[in-house]
Amino acid sequence: MVSELQQHMQESFKEHVNEEYLMDCMRCGFCLPACPTYLATNQDETHSPRGRIALMKAMRDGDVVWDGSVEDAFDMCLGCRACEPACPAGVQYGVLIEETRVAIQQAKPKDLMEKIVRKASFDGVFADQKKMAATVKLVQFYQKSGLQTATRKIGFLSLFPPFMKEMEGVLPKVETKKKKPPSLKPRTMRVAFFAGCLMDTLFQETNRKTIELLEWLGVEVVVPKEQQCCGALHGHSGEMDKGLRNAKANIDAFDSDDFDYIVNNAGGCGAFLSEYEKHLVNDPHYAGKAARFSEKMLDISSVFVKLGMNARLKALKSEENAIVTYQDSCHLRNVNKVFLEPRSLLQDAPGFEYKELIDAGSCCGSAGIYNLLQPEMAKKILELKMKGVRELQPSKVVTSNPGCLMQMQVGIQREGLQKEMQAVHIVDFLYDAIQKNQN
Amino acid sequence: MDANLAKPFTSIVGESNIKHSQAQLLAYSYDATANFQAKPDLILSPKNTEEIREIVKICASKKIPIVSRGSGTNLAAGTVPTQGGIVLLFNNMNRILELDEENLTITVQPGVITQDLSNFVEKHKLFYPPDPSSMKISTIGGNVSENSGGLRGLKYGVTKDYVKALTIVLPDGEVLKLGGKLAKDVAGYDLMSLLVGAEGTLGIITEITLKLIPLPISKKTGIAYFNSLEDAARTVSSIIAHKIIPVTLEFMDKGTIGAVEDFMNIGLPRDAEAMLLMEQDGNAEQVDRDIQTMIAIAKKEGATSTTMASSNEEAEILKTGRRAALSALARKRPTTILEDATVPRSEIARMVRAIQEIAEKYNVQISTFGHAGDGNLHPTCLTDVRDKEEMERVEQALAEIFHVALELGGTITGEHGVGEMKAPYLEWKLGASGIDLMKAIKNSIDPFNIMNPGKLFAKETKMRLVIHNG
Repeated sequence: MVSELQQHMQESFKEHVNEEYLMDCMRCGFCLPACPTYLATNQDETHSPRGRIALMKAMRDGDVVWDGSVEDAFDMCLGCRACEPACPAGVQYGVLIEETRVAIQQAKPKDLMEKIVRKASFDGVFADQKKMAATVKLVQFYQKSGLQTATRKIGFLSLFPPFMKEMEGVLPKVETKKKKPPSLKPRTMRVAFFAGCLMDTLFQETNRKTIELLEWLGVEVVVPKEQQCCGALHGHSGEMDKGLRNAKANIDAFDSDDFDYIVNNAGGCGAFLSEYEKHLVNDPHYAGKAARFSEKMLDISSVFVKLGMNARLKALKSEENAIVTYQDSCHLRNVNKVFLEPRSLLQDAPGFEYKELIDAGSCCGSAGIYNLLQPEMAKKILELKMKGVRELQPSKVVTSNPGCLMQMQVGIQREGLQKEMQAVHIVDFLYDAIQKNQN
Repeated sequence: MDANLAKPFTSIVGESNIKHSQAQLLAYSYDATANFQAKPDLILSPKNTEEIREIVKICASKKIPIVSRGSGTNLAAGTVPTQGGIVLLFNNMNRILELDEENLTITVQPGVITQDLSNFVEKHKLFYPPDPSSMKISTIGGNVSENSGGLRGLKYGVTKDYVKALTIVLPDGEVLKLGGKLAKDVAGYDLMSLLVGAEGTLGIITEITLKLIPLPISKKTGIAYFNSLEDAARTVSSIIAHKIIPVTLEFMDKGTIGAVEDFMNIGLPRDAEAMLLMEQDGNAEQVDRDIQTMIAIAKKEGATSTTMASSNEEAEILKTGRRAALSALARKRPTTILEDATVPRSEIARMVRAIQEIAEKYNVQISTFGHAGDGNLHPTCLTDVRDKEEMERVEQALAEIFHVALELGGTITGEHGVGEMKAPYLEWKLGASGIDLMKAIKNSIDPFNIMNPGKLFAKETKMRLVIHNG
């Protein structure tokens, strides 16, 4: 007999997961070598895009019994979307996994969820005063971002304390303000800056430097006050309605003809921001506004390249020649297709020689809050990543996203390499390279 | 699953190398073939030949089916466990064991990815030519079991031309070693040829020695576009008639060009009816001469434009596009069902024309691409498996394609294998006596039918079509 949960789950999959998108997958397997979890599990098809799509379809069709193993297969997905550019059939995997998470979230019995949250809270964070103190900083961020309810439901707090121990060491330190570089006159462009909730709390310095560098390149920067968290983490956790609530607020906050671009400096946010259009295409009130918003969205590296930063970097000379490498932000690369621009900036940075990291385009295991939810798999993936870093021995590992930055720094510390190298955000890297070599 | 089934196998391979969760059984229930799916009872990842022997012995005594599976890219349902049982994986047997530069051989375990092997030998200035389109994913074990072809088959042949030695676990658990690093070997029946391409129905391959050749010094790639499929097909025949054997002579029709362009965005002309990708390798002087001649022939046969890849990178991008053709076509309709009909290369123009007529006759959408130089075409039906009426027409159209291919002196499958999908048509090619002989071989080697049962041999042969013209 089919259980009530099974029936409920199947209906939820039918309601939320698009059958036509599922049918796009012809199971050729071209996605397999691109998938970090498939590789990290010694080629377990269950943890591949093709396997997950087959499971989604089987859930719809009633061909598989919903149990922990099926749930685990979906939970284990990083959402890095490296499978999308690898897919000749153009399967919209990102949409499918988001819809799957909504389907699960909707059908899962709530009392069980509450039990998990309770266990996590009382046995985990609240049981230990030290752990609590370490958690506060990030918790503030989660409260501020409105993510609290979303993340509670998925019970991530139980995994928080052990990860926090490592995280604490890699959180950015507030720097003292240095001399501002002189800016170009006259102003060539006007942009609106999307600050991002994490970037605006834990990475304030990076945001300040982003604005200063833009001004240095002759751009006028405005920071709309009413902006909110982009909503990506909600969207990726099966809370798309809440993600879209934030989306609408941001669209309203940036709805002005007064600037040429909306600039962001976090790859994960940028991808979601650029997909507001896709998510709101059927919204009568917001479809047009969302399209305008997404069209104006641009990541910081692309803006720097557009503004001619490469030439200005080349003009600066340095005697030093340290190795710098780059770890792609999955969403910047796979969703926004931006990977040449950051590399070109690093190639032209004074005092550094750029070397490509092996599999730089493959996920580091951060993946939003994945490293909190799936610490074991995240660790395996990070270990694979660090193998390449160890071989290359760079002095800087540059990233374009706060999550990747912290994850790479955790990796460096686990390897005991923190004296030799450092993970830095591309804005901080460029800012320092310019400041150091400017007369 | 019967909980006791896993027990004896767990003690052989260990807890971490056995899979049987709900999700895992589903994830190993398919390959790249549309419309075939069945769950296994157990998935095992042995670490060596000895473990495979023990597994097979248990299976033989309990009559449990075993399906060997590389990466599951099979296109004829050859790796779908349609009778349940055990799916055997080679993810723990994926090491390159020895590169022998004196005998020009490489010995590997079956789980090595084809592309990885190719990259490895090229670093040593050696060359392993077989390059199936799925080579980034496919395993050498799968290639040997299917006798896979590829883009370079025209000049360099297919997998079987490179297999020098095999270690096989037979259905009774005995280990058989065939061949060696030998240039010549006529000791007895050519059993190796029997095992290569046997689609896992006669035993389990556990070690493979392959022949390598020196890496060609230079290669160049030309492209020609045409206003009609037949102009392209005539070009192919004419190139061969001019005594040029290029490495690659690949063909894509308009529908395929459009789908590949949707995926790759490399500026292929969507209005061209057909495209030929022509590659030659060897010493620089001859490569130049052959490419120029091929381009001149294409122009003479009516090519609307011709060009040369400006660099190896560009040539690589074009070939990547061609390799992605089948999957890219999946963009157009929910289901893609492809065929692998092969004719003598002199008949390629006629075959192409027949495919067009068949598509019209049954009102089905067919896009064609393939290894034109080999006479090996991949007419692909774009359809929707949920539409029963359309699926019937698709099946009729495909059956008629087989029929025409055989009439032209061809075969029902050039490189994808028979599997379960084409089993009902095998007798069309082999005749009753051919099937009987094959069955006799199968029965004497695998009397309990535990090795990939249900493949090659159909319960029933399809009725041969009676074609009414007009």
